[in-house]
Amino acid sequence: MALEPQDVRRAAFLARLGLNDDEAAGYVDDLSRILEMVDRLQSVDTTGVTPLAHPLDATQRLRADEVTESDQRERFQRCAPAVENGLYLVPRVVE
Amino acid sequence: MHDKTLTELATALAAGEFSSRELTETLLARIERLDGELNSFITVTGERAIAAADAADAARARGEAGPLTGLPLALKDIFCTRGVRTSCGSRMLDNFEAPYDATVVEKLAAAGSVSLGKTNMDEFAMGSSNENSYYGPVKNPWDLTAVPGGSSGGSAAAVAAGLVPAALGTDTGGSIRQPAAFCGITGLKPTYGRVSRYGMVAYASSLDQGGPLARSAADCALLLGAIAGHDLRDSTSVARGVPDYTAELGESLSGLKIGLPREYFGDGLDPAVEMAVREAIRVYESLGATVREVSLPHTSLAIPAYYVIAPAEASSNLSRYDGVRFGHRCDNPRDLIDLYQRSRAEGFGDEVKRRILIGTHTLSEGFFDAYYKKAQQVRRLIRQDFLDAFEDVDVLMGPASPTPAFDLGANKDPVSMYLQDIYTIAVNLAGIPGISVPAGFVDQRPVGLQVLGPHFAEQRLLNVAHRFQQATDWHRRQPAFGQENA
Amino acid sequence: MMQWETVIGLEVHVQLATQSKIFSGASTAFGAEPNTQACAVDLGLPGVLPVLNEGAVAMAVRFGLGINAEIPETSVFDRKNYFYPDLPKGYQTSQMYQPIVGPGEVEITLDDGGTKRIRVHHAHLEEDAGKSLHEDYQGMTGIDLNRAGTPLLEIVSEPDMRSAREAAAYLKAIHAIVTYLGISDGNMAEGSMRCDVNVSVRPRGQETLGTRAEIKNVNSFRFVEKAIAFEIERQIELIEDGGTVVQETRLYDPEADETRSMRTKEQANDYRYFPCPDLLPVVLDQAYVDHLRANLPELPAEKRARFQDELGLSAYDAGVLASSRAMAEYFEVVKDVSGDAKLAANWVQGELAGQLNKQGLDIADSPVSASQLGGLVARVKDETINGKAAKQVFAALWEGEGDSADAIIDARGLRQVTDSGAIEAMIDQVISDSPVQVAQYRDAEPDKRGKMIGYFVGQVMKASRGTANPQQVNALLKEKLDDA
Repeated sequence: MALEPQDVRRAAFLARLGLNDDEAAGYVDDLSRILEMVDRLQSVDTTGVTPLAHPLDATQRLRADEVTESDQRERFQRCAPAVENGLYLVPRVVE
Repeated sequence: MHDKTLTELATALAAGEFSSRELTETLLARIERLDGELNSFITVTGERAIAAADAADAARARGEAGPLTGLPLALKDIFCTRGVRTSCGSRMLDNFEAPYDATVVEKLAAAGSVSLGKTNMDEFAMGSSNENSYYGPVKNPWDLTAVPGGSSGGSAAAVAAGLVPAALGTDTGGSIRQPAAFCGITGLKPTYGRVSRYGMVAYASSLDQGGPLARSAADCALLLGAIAGHDLRDSTSVARGVPDYTAELGESLSGLKIGLPREYFGDGLDPAVEMAVREAIRVYESLGATVREVSLPHTSLAIPAYYVIAPAEASSNLSRYDGVRFGHRCDNPRDLIDLYQRSRAEGFGDEVKRRILIGTHTLSEGFFDAYYKKAQQVRRLIRQDFLDAFEDVDVLMGPASPTPAFDLGANKDPVSMYLQDIYTIAVNLAGIPGISVPAGFVDQRPVGLQVLGPHFAEQRLLNVAHRFQQATDWHRRQPAFGQENA
Repeated sequence: MMQWETVIGLEVHVQLATQSKIFSGASTAFGAEPNTQACAVDLGLPGVLPVLNEGAVAMAVRFGLGINAEIPETSVFDRKNYFYPDLPKGYQTSQMYQPIVGPGEVEITLDDGGTKRIRVHHAHLEEDAGKSLHEDYQGMTGIDLNRAGTPLLEIVSEPDMRSAREAAAYLKAIHAIVTYLGISDGNMAEGSMRCDVNVSVRPRGQETLGTRAEIKNVNSFRFVEKAIAFEIERQIELIEDGGTVVQETRLYDPEADETRSMRTKEQANDYRYFPCPDLLPVVLDQAYVDHLRANLPELPAEKRARFQDELGLSAYDAGVLASSRAMAEYFEVVKDVSGDAKLAANWVQGELAGQLNKQGLDIADSPVSASQLGGLVARVKDETINGKAAKQVFAALWEGEGDSADAIIDARGLRQVTDSGAIEAMIDQVISDSPVQVAQYRDAEPDKRGKMIGYFVGQVMKASRGTANPQQVNALLKEKLDDA
């Protein structure tokens, strides 16, 4: 399935990846060829085959409802680009 | 000291031939001298290593030494290490000092091992040549014009060059086994869920698995015993006892049934590599094993399925890198969208972007069934191929890679690079364990024999590899690089 | 004029009252300093992984059992991918395809006292996001992730409601169920319960649904009703003026009492749901579900039925008293202490509800405790005090002027006088003090006398400072005045 430039732009927008036009054009070609390779999947009939999400047929373990974490804000915010009063700062979000 | 195996070093430390501190200083000096050329480390943690070595020596003096006490190791820079930069080979995390330790890092520290630092890798573990690192490519110590393989290229090169006796890597589509093969060392990808993923920066969560790269199967057994086990912090880790992986090493291979997947010896396999692999299989026959051909009929669909599933998971796993709580943030964002788009555009390299775009596209509305669901169905067929094969044989054998290490810069095209992983990738889709064992050379570049087993058959794989290493000396060969002043 | 029918469906997000978060061991307590309850997992640090909280699973299942829903053996968590600063991982872990609770139904009480069943399509578990604080931080928005990872149960109804009143009644019914079960504090002001409303209109008789608008985040019972009322009118007007309703997300502004369109510029979202590879399928064994079922408390519908059938309350009274857990629990204490369900019901809905309403108080904050009121009702029942005195006692309890009804009755001498000798003496006194009125009474036609006797009753009650038994006073007065 070949990709159109707008497909790449749409994916880039959804993934919040800034791309200029040249970069986008480069990816159209790369991604088209990758998808062409991927299209080999269509050669096999998978009717009735249950999708496999995890390689082992295991089920979810549940943890007890207990508070096990304590405040580590200072340590966690040491690697944060912008904080004030314990809050992470981002450009103004307008609703 | 630098050319000894982990097992030999453990014996020497126990015998008091040298201290962990002496060993650590020797290796740090070697890294200092040689790694400028090799580029296998992103961060060397010398001071911490010396402190850990001193603590290990003190523990030994108190009679509290365990099997790993005082042994130097390196960690792929994908394992979060508290207080140390954990970059994942990306500009995105160049400034990220992890505030916590990965489970395996905790376990290795608790066992008294000494981490020398964090090794180079393809960015976010996406690559097969280590050329996708923000910190530059790693060279193959056997031939400085060749790649070391990827994505755990730094770990493999560092072990091969004698900078560290063993290292941890991760394997999502071959990222332990292929660089181990390219660098002439032993690398084990355990069963999915055998080793905790907590603190291992995620690439593709249903495929990622950490494991050891070392100079021998026995060393891998030692390390796996230390890092394996159930982790309450990882829902996908398996609640199953950890055997003593060294206990069965040396058991006879008489009667071992080896299957050779027809599809692993077909078009695209370098005849010289095939020759080396077939020679290795003859060694097994001489050790009492029987060989038969088997088929894994869906092999050709493994790479297509992988390049749907892995990028899809990656596109979601990598959304957390948004410039808000950690990691790279662009200067002076105009607004929120600009913050996201520019931070991510600047922070991620080309291959990572490519996979995020592919994954985003294949998951998006209208494509999900044709790609993602289809790939998961094919994934089940691929797993079934292995389950069926293991009804008849004990292990599967074949090449780890169709060619020996290729030249740096040789594979510019992403698709042809992806096709390099033809023999390793299905293993991750099926979740089974695999080990790559040195099995000869082609044009002075190492060749790896890959041995695959059923889920949780690590013990069998390690013994099968170990017996080969008792019968051959490929794993003891050392590159000329770094030898002259050794 | 075209007759319009309104079709409403609700998505109610209920914060579950677990101690820790759905996928981490961080506390869910409300009101902590920003980001002090956001652990590595909640922050989505590189390498962290989720582990599911059993408490959240149990609460979701109990809700399902409480609405007689199917509980599928297997449920699966999916990722909903989108970027927002209060969503740390860039995806919300939710359940898109295989939710933990299947179809069920909720009974609502209508204005006329009747009931209606609203079908629940499913309910699923998911994690809450953090909060964006729009106060000015150097011209930036501040992000607090304490709430991130708090377990939410999203309850999705079928489009079964036909009016704003029904929608509000449904929301109240959900509120009652989750608070009865104790799986949420149901505090709408703190955001423990939030609601998205889907509204459409169609000509009466038409089968197909009209285009719907989704009103996001309506956070009080009153606002739900008002937002829907506004939206219905807007849509009908729009269509009648020749326009068409656009499928969109709208926001209710309580100040202006209107809904407004949101994010018109933004490209359509594509959430790219796929199964979360970090979590495995949740498989519930039958024994676990049975155990939860065996330990369910009595729920509103059952309580309502019991109030009617066993206590003999009217459908209306039973409905009101069972409508909230706090109200029902209060009533049951009053009933048990007083030993009279009907009297207890009258007092809880009459004097108490009136005072609470006047002061804008919740029953949980009532200054008169249930056992105090029960003690008061007991004295009314055994005729220790008459109704008038009872009101005085209630007022005194409300003002905190005594610990119990008995103490107030004794201190104020409100014990009802039933000694007929004492009452007769008071009557005689009143008759001798009121010769004019007595003469008028006796001159009047018998059918007018009924009204005129009120004056004498009043005088006797006054003389007894309200403690005389009014029935006795009446009877004795009649005897004395008529027989003379």
